[in-house]
Amino acid sequence: MTDATDIPGRKPDGAWAHLLHVLRENPVTMLSFGLFAFFLLQAFFGALIVPHDPLATNAANALQPPDWTHWFGTDSLGRDVFSRVVVATRLDLMISVLAVAISFAVGSVLGAVAGYWGGWIDAALNRVLDTIMAFPLFVLAMGIVAALGNSIENIIYATALINIPFYARLVRAEVNIRREAGFALAARLSGNSHFRTLAFHIFPNALPPMMVQVSLNMGWAILNAAGLSFIGLGVRPPTPEWGIMVAEGANYIISGHWWVALFPGLWLMLAVFTFNLMGDGLRDLVDPRRRT
Amino acid sequence: MTGRTRAIGMRLAQTVPVIIGVIVISFILTRALPGDPAVYFAGAMADEQSIQQVREALGLDKPLVTQFFLYVGDLAQGDLGRSISTGQPVLTDLAMRLPASLELTLSALVLSCLIAIPLGVLAAVRQGSWVDHLCRLLVTAGVSLPTFFTGIMLVYIFYYLLGWAPSPLGRLDFIYLEPPRVTGFFLIDSLLAGDPETFAAALRQLALPAITLALFTLAPIARMTRAAMLQALSSDYIRTARAAGLSRSKVLFGYGLRNALLPVVTTLGMVFSFVLGANVLVEKVFAWPGIGSYAVEALVASDYAAVQGFVLAMAFLFVTLNLIIDLSYALIDPRIGFDTK
Repeated sequence: MTDATDIPGRKPDGAWAHLLHVLRENPVTMLSFGLFAFFLLQAFFGALIVPHDPLATNAANALQPPDWTHWFGTDSLGRDVFSRVVVATRLDLMISVLAVAISFAVGSVLGAVAGYWGGWIDAALNRVLDTIMAFPLFVLAMGIVAALGNSIENIIYATALINIPFYARLVRAEVNIRREAGFALAARLSGNSHFRTLAFHIFPNALPPMMVQVSLNMGWAILNAAGLSFIGLGVRPPTPEWGIMVAEGANYIISGHWWVALFPGLWLMLAVFTFNLMGDGLRDLVDPRRRT
Repeated sequence: MTGRTRAIGMRLAQTVPVIIGVIVISFILTRALPGDPAVYFAGAMADEQSIQQVREALGLDKPLVTQFFLYVGDLAQGDLGRSISTGQPVLTDLAMRLPASLELTLSALVLSCLIAIPLGVLAAVRQGSWVDHLCRLLVTAGVSLPTFFTGIMLVYIFYYLLGWAPSPLGRLDFIYLEPPRVTGFFLIDSLLAGDPETFAAALRQLALPAITLALFTLAPIARMTRAAMLQALSSDYIRTARAAGLSRSKVLFGYGLRNALLPVVTTLGMVFSFVLGANVLVEKVFAWPGIGSYAVEALVASDYAAVQGFVLAMAFLFVTLNLIIDLSYALIDPRIGFDTK
């Protein structure tokens, strides 16, 4: 009976309904999307809404604990930690978004080509990916940045390179199992070129698992970039960035000035947590069978 | 038995292309130095002529392929170049500092296995209970934790607030003498020297960095144990064992856990990749004199030979660890032949 009354009210748009359903079913996923919006807001408008100039120093007011004017306290140069933490969001997100975008693009092309044509291309790609994976990835990123030069741009390239294997392997597997599928052969028979079949008929099927990978990977990319700047690579000091702010705060932690390191670290952790939760949520959305 | 020997031989052979690949990448990284390496190695005071001399001495005037073979030749003799900041050969430096890193990494791994495996087993056995939820929370929070940040917070709590931990500066408080070097592991060396006081001091210094690293590795191990245990417990042989009236502990540990451990051992490979990277950050936080902080110092001083030597050493370490994992896997699991993989 209830079914009969439900059906007329059902929206024609199945994907939206499914998304809403998953969000309603899983409050954790909803929370993660909310947090994501929170970080996006900071990234876009952070510089406009912060109460203080993130670069303005004030030696008279150095290392003050949090109060009503400086919500997160001030650092060793008297800069407002809250403003710096909020403004840093854009740089941290930008590094990881760009890095993940590059790995996504390069990994997709390599994986699709290897999965579709197979043969020696496939074998060669696998060898190269194996070699990249033979390095502890963070260490490889350090080596790449050291070799290419110490800049934000190179941090992005290094982070992108160490993530390529994950995307390439995923796309390769997804493309490979559909290479001989009925719809792919049908697309070929109706006159599509190899390239068209691969790009518009086979590859889109790999997108849902790729999106999950992107979300899980974003968190890792942020951690990686922050780790690199923590050890002094890439981002240079007055620029606000979470990793470097934690590094600056580390010098004051043994004298009890906890706020300098705590807040940027907390923001970093929350950002990574958001992406990880979102990845789990997206996985439920895309592939309900693999729910953990 | 011959099948197993062949399988081990096959696995050993598989590392050869990987090692070649590692050397090629490391060569590319060395050649990709910003600017002219010869100018760099000649030092700040060099003129045109001495730069040319250095270029010839390093073989940089030869074609790339020749340079590659020269590089491989140097590697074969253990020559990773000379560190500019310490003035020592890089290999000597690394060998000196490696035990400190290994001691930290291994104790962290043992600690996290001791917590994560029972936790994963409990979460799988009591699926849906509070242990399971705790496990899930730890797993998601654990992978989100930046190691350097957890390290700093632990220092704040246990050193500054509670005063339980010694100051986070190195492997041993300066009032103690280093134990005579046998293995380079302070914990083992101090025991060998019969010096319980130094042992306790070294343990106190080791505790916080090891816990930091262990918190980080807890998540993947617990997650994998839970998944593997769930799969093992739902399989036919467990049902049969239960039906045959075997005791609960025999079913859980004798059959369930033993089978679940195999996939856990395989994920250890991935965990090593993370732990070796995280090691660098933790060493920086705790001023731990291992190869990670050596590399960080070298990076700051633009000491490229040291950095590249470090990257290469880490890659070899990682390849070796993976090899050991796979070989021990072959030893534990009677079914395995590598050709099925």
